[in-house]
Amino acid sequence: MSTSLAPQVLPEKPWRPTFKRVLPDLFGALLTAVSTVLIVAVTPLKGKLGFSLTLIVMALVFSVLISGIRKDKKAAFNSVSTVFVYIAATFVLIPLFSILYEIYSRGVGALTWGIFTKDMSLSSADAPVSEGGLLHAIIGTLYLVAIATIISAPVGLLTALYIVEVKGRAAGLVRFFVQAMSGVPSIVAGLFIYAVWMIGLGNSYNAGAGAAALAILMIPTVARTSEEVLRLIPPDLREAGLALGATQWRTVAMIILPAARSGLITAIILGIARVAGETAPLLLTIGGADAINLNPFSGNSSALPYYVWKNLSLGNPESIERAWAGVMVLMLLVFIFFTLARYFSGKRAGR
Amino acid sequence: MSTAAPTSPPKRVITTKPRFSDKVFRAIVTAGGLSSLVVLALIAFFLVYNGLDVFRSEGLKFLTGFDWIDASPEEGLPAQYGIGAMLYGTLVIGFLAVLFGVPIAVGAALFLSYYAPEWIKKPMVVVVDVMAAIPSVVFGLWGFFILMPHAEYWAKLIHKYLGFIPFFDMPAPAFTRSPFIAGLVLAIMIIPIVTSISREIFAQTPLDRIQAAYALGATKWSMIKAVVFPYGAGGIVGGAMLGLGRALGETVAVYTVLNLVYDIRIEVLLSAGGSVASMIVNKFGEADAPELRALMAAGFVLFLVTLLVNFIANIIINRTARKG
Repeated sequence: MSTSLAPQVLPEKPWRPTFKRVLPDLFGALLTAVSTVLIVAVTPLKGKLGFSLTLIVMALVFSVLISGIRKDKKAAFNSVSTVFVYIAATFVLIPLFSILYEIYSRGVGALTWGIFTKDMSLSSADAPVSEGGLLHAIIGTLYLVAIATIISAPVGLLTALYIVEVKGRAAGLVRFFVQAMSGVPSIVAGLFIYAVWMIGLGNSYNAGAGAAALAILMIPTVARTSEEVLRLIPPDLREAGLALGATQWRTVAMIILPAARSGLITAIILGIARVAGETAPLLLTIGGADAINLNPFSGNSSALPYYVWKNLSLGNPESIERAWAGVMVLMLLVFIFFTLARYFSGKRAGR
Repeated sequence: MSTAAPTSPPKRVITTKPRFSDKVFRAIVTAGGLSSLVVLALIAFFLVYNGLDVFRSEGLKFLTGFDWIDASPEEGLPAQYGIGAMLYGTLVIGFLAVLFGVPIAVGAALFLSYYAPEWIKKPMVVVVDVMAAIPSVVFGLWGFFILMPHAEYWAKLIHKYLGFIPFFDMPAPAFTRSPFIAGLVLAIMIIPIVTSISREIFAQTPLDRIQAAYALGATKWSMIKAVVFPYGAGGIVGGAMLGLGRALGETVAVYTVLNLVYDIRIEVLLSAGGSVASMIVNKFGEADAPELRALMAAGFVLFLVTLLVNFIANIIINRTARKG
């Protein structure tokens, strides 16, 4: 590179709004804030609802007035829509932050070492939160997720390979049905497993049945994400493999899958994050238990979402507190999976 | 130079037979690929097979009847199973969810695509993804303990000032666990999927049209109205229908915030509503064999309705995405 012979020129951005052009907007925002505070103080409008409603109305009024007076009707419409879009974005964020805040503030109190090391077999439902724990639920969820992954990861991956690599005659149809399958209500998956496993085969509740129901919900997520990942593999790699005389099987196994590895891991983890918190199918399949059950194919078992559900329906204050603690642990688990998925997909993008 | 039009060489035909390993590979992949079709078919088959008796004995009354009464042999009364009220309630809360959720979701998608500065945009996309990963039981718990007290107050305000409209009338002062509140919770649950699908479709709007609109002096809103909405209309409709499908099949969150009543009421603020999915959970615990069959039949109806909504939604979205 040249040793700065040319004078250092800062890049100019002529489209950037100047202070003079921002001034009316600032003025409008100021007017909105002041008038809202005044109106809430003077009129009987009270509380958060009154405050936010007044704020919205005032923001609309002043943005329309300012742009309408300065320019024309079109500008007024433009500012109305701008206000609406910002409000919509805020409304999307409010529930999320409220949920995260409430889970933290209500769940953190019950979060002691004890709940990770004990189960509920020796504690009654209305015992204080310091007694008992949710180890049985964590173990149940880990079993469920592991078995569901063992079932659905190969099936989802094969489905993606069928659509992208083999391009079979039914590829379009399979793609369409997998899309539709991702909308199957979770309760229907539970009913189906109940019909096959309990009514049809005469088994009783166990974690394996729950995992089968979760696998049905997990397959579409894994298949669709893997499909997108496989489509991103450059065709050069595929053609190079075939041109070297490799069979399709060796091309896929030695070139395509290794190249797509981190993306495929992301697909599986996203599937896990999708089903780890599913409750409805578990209500029909795993039976629920208060003690640790280490055998996933025999005897009732519990799971974190089931634990939350059960304590919520019991309804006494201690159970409710347990439910919040369970929700906190469940959310931590989901976030761990989610962060892992983002980490692996970020690795792919970086390469 | 010859004047004859250049002709493309004849297409080459691959004559080599596939290797044995490739045959095995394709067979396995095809089997795996077709398994999702098989699973869907099996779901339909088993639910119909188990619910067949109920479909036969109740006939069309299964879809229109309001009563869910077990047989009582001592009084000699036969069982009556009808999911009419629940089906109606499901549609009501689904409609409310779309009504509340879709405008906010589309607004948020517009914000992310055209209004947000880069430093807000990236984290907010992640935040919306995170929201999609929150389990429904969490929404149920939050909806019951946090949202419900607020929503009850809003419902009272609506009733006070708009009570003359039949939908907001109240025969009894019971404002909790109403279709209105269930609709709010469902709206929050469907916002992430509607937002991300609308955003994907908006991203495919041709850039030259956008720049052409700006060059002609359009404001941001006129540009969106003239370019983005016509191109993305299918995506918005399809996304809204996908959200509707989710809302119709939602079980646990609805069960916690909705009071199930076997009656058709138009008052959405009243603590009386219905949901097929929640009814299945509600009745499953103490169901005997005939009632279980009726629940299977109800599950089949739910399966069909959501599958249909999803089919239509995906057709619309795929068509819009291809056009863009």
